[in-house]
Amino acid sequence: MSNEVILEVNNLVKHFPINEGFLSRENKKVHAVNGISFKLHQGETLGLVGESGCGKSTAGRTIIRLYEATSGEAKFMGRNIYDLSKKEMMTVRRDMQMIFQDPYASLNPRMTVGDIIGEALDIHHLASGQKRTNRIYELLETVGLNSEHANRFPHEFSGGQRQRIGIARALAVNPKLIICDEPISALDVSIQAQIVNMLEELQEQLGLTYLFIAHDLSMVKHISHRIAVMYLGRIVEITTSQDLYDHPMHPYTQALLSAIPIPDPDVELKRSRIVLEGGVPSPIDPPSGCYFRTRCPKAQQQCAQTTPELKDCGNGHLVACHLV
Amino acid sequence: MSLPLDSFTPLQRTQKTDAINRPSTTLWQDARRRFKKNPLAMGGLIVLILICLFGFVGPFFSHFNYYSNDLSHTLNPPSWVHPFGTDELGRDILTRAMYGTQISLAIGFGSVLINLTIGIIYGGISGYVGGRIDNLMQRFIDIIFSVPDMLYVILLMVLLGSGLRNIFIVLGIEYWVTMARIVRGQILTMREQEFVLAARTLGASTPRILFKHLLPNTVGQIIVVSALQIPAAIFMEAFLSFIGLGVQPPLVSLGYMAAEGRGNIPGYAFALIFPAALIAILMLAFNFIGDGLRDAFDPKMRK
Repeated sequence: MSNEVILEVNNLVKHFPINEGFLSRENKKVHAVNGISFKLHQGETLGLVGESGCGKSTAGRTIIRLYEATSGEAKFMGRNIYDLSKKEMMTVRRDMQMIFQDPYASLNPRMTVGDIIGEALDIHHLASGQKRTNRIYELLETVGLNSEHANRFPHEFSGGQRQRIGIARALAVNPKLIICDEPISALDVSIQAQIVNMLEELQEQLGLTYLFIAHDLSMVKHISHRIAVMYLGRIVEITTSQDLYDHPMHPYTQALLSAIPIPDPDVELKRSRIVLEGGVPSPIDPPSGCYFRTRCPKAQQQCAQTTPELKDCGNGHLVACHLV
Repeated sequence: MSLPLDSFTPLQRTQKTDAINRPSTTLWQDARRRFKKNPLAMGGLIVLILICLFGFVGPFFSHFNYYSNDLSHTLNPPSWVHPFGTDELGRDILTRAMYGTQISLAIGFGSVLINLTIGIIYGGISGYVGGRIDNLMQRFIDIIFSVPDMLYVILLMVLLGSGLRNIFIVLGIEYWVTMARIVRGQILTMREQEFVLAARTLGASTPRILFKHLLPNTVGQIIVVSALQIPAAIFMEAFLSFIGLGVQPPLVSLGYMAAEGRGNIPGYAFALIFPAALIAILMLAFNFIGDGLRDAFDPKMRK
């Protein structure tokens, strides 16, 4: 891991408008991502965790410009990608790729595996003819499949194998950064380990940087160097994964960590878990001040009035809470 | 009980990756196999092939044609010379039915071809572009939908005048609406699928996404809808000809023959029965094929 910053996200905001009503047009917005900032270093894995609907996937998709950002910037290798033209964006797309969540939906059922992987080569004119075929075989072998699989269709593969095909597709353009959008949550546990180990090996071999979006904390701890915890479109805590597990500072992180079961029935019985009241507030109409205050066991008056900023609590441990 | 660790030896890995031994099958092959297993659909297909042969090859073996009359043999009952009998102008009903079948089939396939073209383009644009344009295009479809089919077709026919070409036009612009809706719906649901997002992250252009990713995945649905629209078009033509807005003599269609035969039901019912039976068989065959195709392309629909 070097110190070179490959991706810098500053105050990224993504709101989805919902148009309701015909005569009186009421412009409401889903506040999916509400100003997140972080830096990603070359060769690093940053885990992005949070419960369903907290904006993790939207953040990932906005960073790769599948969605246009409402405001804020994402600087990839020094250039803000939202300022780039379509043509310039093509070069960024070669350096930044994505692995998707659902291996059953992420492969076009009408295309052969070879064409799915080869599409990247076609679009960017990277190889054709025999070179294209060879590259596809090489990629298949990189992800632990074999070249015979190139002529088969996605439906002939298992979930884990399909996810490997998705990874091969992302690798086809030799990217530097891969956004992994919950790549393992649709797989069963034994396969999860295989895929995670493979991602780690690929990182070592190819010097990849990962933004690893997930909701399974123990898996994220295993693969990530640093972890960012999101709640309702905001990052509430970022630190190294060891530090996060040893010294969680934000009440939300503490609650999340206490929800991880401990594989020892005696300890499991005795420990006290932090159980949060209520559900996540609607992202259409988020609460004032700290978004977490409605469920926070330690909430005070101040929390409803001002929004806590991320502040450094030593060693790059950033927390957004008034009480630390 | 525990075994000493050194009694274990690691198994040599003989194969690096998992191989698939089953022969590769495409979705088309799968669909074909399921279709073949469906007796009703296969029966429909065989009947359709026979009717096509009857319509297109049959006239070469006939001693008569559809227009010349023989006034000495009017309204003959079925016989060896005239297996379906003759009409009130002494024309051989069997031969006329062959030509009528040709026209009916041509109208069925022709109008579906027209509505495929319009429907796919309209629905594709509406679904992929989305937003305000989609809204506008859909309201236009709603307006067309709000006018009853029959009224719409009759009004158009009156406006354009009867004749074979106009039937193509009217049926073509009648049925594309359904096709456009289906295509749009399919594209809307697939537009946000991850494989489309993946293509976009790779930088695929809009035409590439539309033609390589979206449309190929709607082909199954499109075929099914077309197969069910063909009999509807044939029936509509028969109806139009029956009320006198369809093909004009000397051209003949099954509906027109039925209309002619209607006047002589009491004594010479065969002049109505034969063309009417052909229409019915043709409709049944197409409907069975359509249902079979739907089951073949969408295995989840099966019981």
